Amino acid sequence: MNSASAPFDSALFPEGVKRCKFKWFLFWVAVVHGPLMVGVIAMLMCWGLALNVTYLNNNYPFGLWIAADLGIIALGAGAFFTGFLRYIVNIDELKNIVNYAVVIGVVCYAAAQGILGVDIGQPLRGWFIFWHANVHSMLTEVAFCITCYFSVLCIEYLPLILENRQLNKLGFFHGMAHHLHGAMPTIAAVGVFLSFFHQGSLGGVPGVLYGRPFAYREGFLVWPWTFFLFILSAIACGPCFTILCTWITEKCAGKRLVKRNVIDILAKISGRLLVLYLVLKTLDTVYWVVIAEKVGAPLSSFYANQPFGYWVLITELGILGVIPAIILLNAKARQNENILIIACILNCSGIFMNRWIMTVQALAVPVMSFDKFISYRPNWIEYASTLMFVWLGVVVIMLSYRYLPIFPQEKELNPS
Amino acid sequence: MKEVHHKADEHHGAHKKTYKFGMVIDLDKCTGCGACMVACMAENNVPFRKDNSDRLRSNLWMRVYKISNGRPFPDLDISFIPRPCQHCEGSGHHHTPCVSVCPATATDYSHETGIVSQVYTRCFGCRYCMAACPYHVRVFNWWDPTWPKGMEKYLNPDVSVRMRGVVEKCSFCYHRYQRAKNKAYAEGRRELHENEYQTACTQACPAGAITFGDLKNPEHKVYKLKKSRYAFRLLEKLGTNPKVYYVSTRDWVRKAGDAYAGEEPKGVTHVTHA
Amino acid sequence: MFPFAFEWVPEATRYVFMGSLYAVLITLIIILHYCAIRAFLDMICKKDDHNSHH
Repeated sequence: MNSASAPFDSALFPEGVKRCKFKWFLFWVAVVHGPLMVGVIAMLMCWGLALNVTYLNNNYPFGLWIAADLGIIALGAGAFFTGFLRYIVNIDELKNIVNYAVVIGVVCYAAAQGILGVDIGQPLRGWFIFWHANVHSMLTEVAFCITCYFSVLCIEYLPLILENRQLNKLGFFHGMAHHLHGAMPTIAAVGVFLSFFHQGSLGGVPGVLYGRPFAYREGFLVWPWTFFLFILSAIACGPCFTILCTWITEKCAGKRLVKRNVIDILAKISGRLLVLYLVLKTLDTVYWVVIAEKVGAPLSSFYANQPFGYWVLITELGILGVIPAIILLNAKARQNENILIIACILNCSGIFMNRWIMTVQALAVPVMSFDKFISYRPNWIEYASTLMFVWLGVVVIMLSYRYLPIFPQEKELNPS
Repeated sequence: MKEVHHKADEHHGAHKKTYKFGMVIDLDKCTGCGACMVACMAENNVPFRKDNSDRLRSNLWMRVYKISNGRPFPDLDISFIPRPCQHCEGSGHHHTPCVSVCPATATDYSHETGIVSQVYTRCFGCRYCMAACPYHVRVFNWWDPTWPKGMEKYLNPDVSVRMRGVVEKCSFCYHRYQRAKNKAYAEGRRELHENEYQTACTQACPAGAITFGDLKNPEHKVYKLKKSRYAFRLLEKLGTNPKVYYVSTRDWVRKAGDAYAGEEPKGVTHVTHA
Repeated sequence: MFPFAFEWVPEATRYVFMGSLYAVLITLIIILHYCAIRAFLDMICKKDDHNSHH
């Protein structure tokens, strides 16, 4: 690196890599802060003026926030699943992407908790869920596992911070990072345990609602079938989201950061899991139709009101399910970067759509015969406060990319 | 938790009287006047707004639905369905839909009274219970409660006022039960008389369409009324096991009440009572 | 919630649920402390090595 033209904060960069000028970095951080501030205003409006500022109502107690929450956590599953594959299954190549998966995980889980902080009517009482816990509620299981897993992710993120070039010069930080790396398989195992449970219990949230035939599923012991389907769908889309984020970061940085073979491993695993998910989801759908008929709810009644017509089912399972599965299973298609990215976008959108269906559509379908169908769309406050956490995540990723050794292959792929 | 409650009941059973309070509403008598709704709001300090016409956000513990058979005149027929909280008991392996989902134990099913309670100071407003209730019984406080100047002096001192951001619902006027119990205790009785504990809506109904009492006490009117061949409950097929029964001699009304939306008889319109 | 809270109901699911929670928290705390103590000891030992060379 030419020291004359190097940015003034270059001493903080990881060893042997190039970063843009500090003023450009500051400029882009400022740009991201624009929509972020809009989100902050929306959040303050929710807290200050109460939730009447949203388009939520008594028919739609769950809206964009909860759907986004479930979706973001599913996308963040890349963190625990990549950790599982790297540290427990021992796929060594994944060490080159596991750091970034952890950063994405931290961002996703922080976002999910932040959104919940805006969504609940009395945010200051949020701790009641821990102190007055009803252990029979799926939401309790979700809250416990998510907060615990978030601390696991922070512990996994900690060595990355400590490995910053300057921090690492301090003996204690160096040693701490080294020993945390050593303990990583145990931490990853705890993370896998927690993740399986909260991804599942997020599926249980709609699955146990036996007053809502659209959402209700029978199951195994206390867990409805959606419990298992949510775990599977999360690990099928999580790696795809990691690939997608890596691709976006590479485009922004203007250079390769991870070798293709590493991406290919994740894509292949994601494809296989997606096929398994689709098979089980199809079986579940067939069984669900039979069960719903039993309580007098024919399939046509679920899809009788637009915009929630049959197209929803076809889009979720067909366009956003089967198509990415075919692409991800085909080695040739995976090699083509553009096609691979399209498959990842479709896969992630499919899972997001599934979460929307299981929360919002589940509430949209009238249950009493004299109930009226009411439509719902989120307003700018809901959008802005949800996206706020995405922009916050972007800032965390920008900072992490600039100052922390996230991509071990960057130096090799971009020799100076 | 339910099993444990049962055990607790057995333990206390020897010296503790238990009830199963419920309601029977005669839809053939209901004229849709809305007196029950007004009485409920006044009794329970239910907040309202200047323009309370948005039914999706207004707090109505008791709501009267208007349904019709959808036929042209002269075959047109209408019915009104007053809908308080159904105080579901749950059946089989299902608990009360809203109780089992509440993450902070802010709502509970009392095995002493059969009433589903709501602890407002415990609720943190996640609204999961609202999603679980198929009857739209639970309402959220989208605004801070405010009353026209001077009206706060007329609030019922026995019922706490709810703050914004929490869920509330019909409690079968539980404070009246507590009052009646205190009175009985002072008089050295363990059991309540039928007329000692009545809900506000029951007393306000000018047509006498609402009957309230202990569903398992053969001496109470509701015990006989619920056994009518014309009695039904809303969405019985789901297995929520509600404690509010409806009576109507009209087939189409029974079908509309017990049916799931998918089975809606052709032509039934769903108009909300204003 | 701890077993001495007034709301605690002695039932199997509660013990399993809360037990798992505390097991996870204790594991994480032990790992963090273990790493911190090892790093601290390493640092001290290295300092000693450094001094003994002189």
